[in-house]
Amino acid sequence: MAGEIKQFLYVNRKAPYGTVYALESLEVVLIGAAFDQDVRLLFMDDGVFQIKKDQNTEASGLKNFSPTYNALGDYDVNKIYVSKESLDERGLTQDDLMPLVYEDEDDDWAEKSSIKIVSADEIRDLMEGSDVVLSF
Amino acid sequence: MPSMDVNGNAVEVDEEGYLADINDWNKEIGSALAVTEEIELTDAHWEVIDFLREYYDEYQIAPAVRVLTKAIGKKLGKDKGNSKYLYELFPYGPAKQACKVGGLPKPTGCI
Repeated sequence: MAGEIKQFLYVNRKAPYGTVYALESLEVVLIGAAFDQDVRLLFMDDGVFQIKKDQNTEASGLKNFSPTYNALGDYDVNKIYVSKESLDERGLTQDDLMPLVYEDEDDDWAEKSSIKIVSADEIRDLMEGSDVVLSF
Repeated sequence: MPSMDVNGNAVEVDEEGYLADINDWNKEIGSALAVTEEIELTDAHWEVIDFLREYYDEYQIAPAVRVLTKAIGKKLGKDKGNSKYLYELFPYGPAKQACKVGGLPKPTGCI
């Protein structure tokens, strides 16, 4: 394919419901995944709630779109970073998040975790190492 | 909103002919939607449609064609998980047409 592959970082900082940012970001990621890009997702601040497991939107009448994050692996989006500080501030650990996984084509389709918990320093490096940073 | 006649019942569809409410769907409606796409449904078609409905049920999205092809290959075998096979069944785009017949919204990433 023509052109160079760019490194995209999608930064998700808002709670999943109440604003349209989380769902919009997810849709952009899924659509963008059709193109040759190196896609990485970062969840920080209230954005960590977007991938919290056992979401229930029944009382709010909103559509629970959290199952869609499980499809990211199918779309070859398997670099998902989560801020450790943001989890700590909210009393959450990785066990509270959905176990997002992908199948490694180069390792006999072994199922592997897509999630990496990162520090503020690592987040800085991630941003510096990206060609495009999109914040939602 | 436009509607479509299925055995005397009016079923709501959107301006592109996709079913308005996925909960309205049944196989009769699927067959009627297939007529609008000029597709004669066979067991092979239903296999793909059933697969898509299950995928939607699990992930709340209709997959892009690339993802669909890969997932079908894994579930139903490599001889079915390729564009040639799927395009023979659904000449105007497997994800788009199979979603329509299956009563699902237009696939995410489908332009």
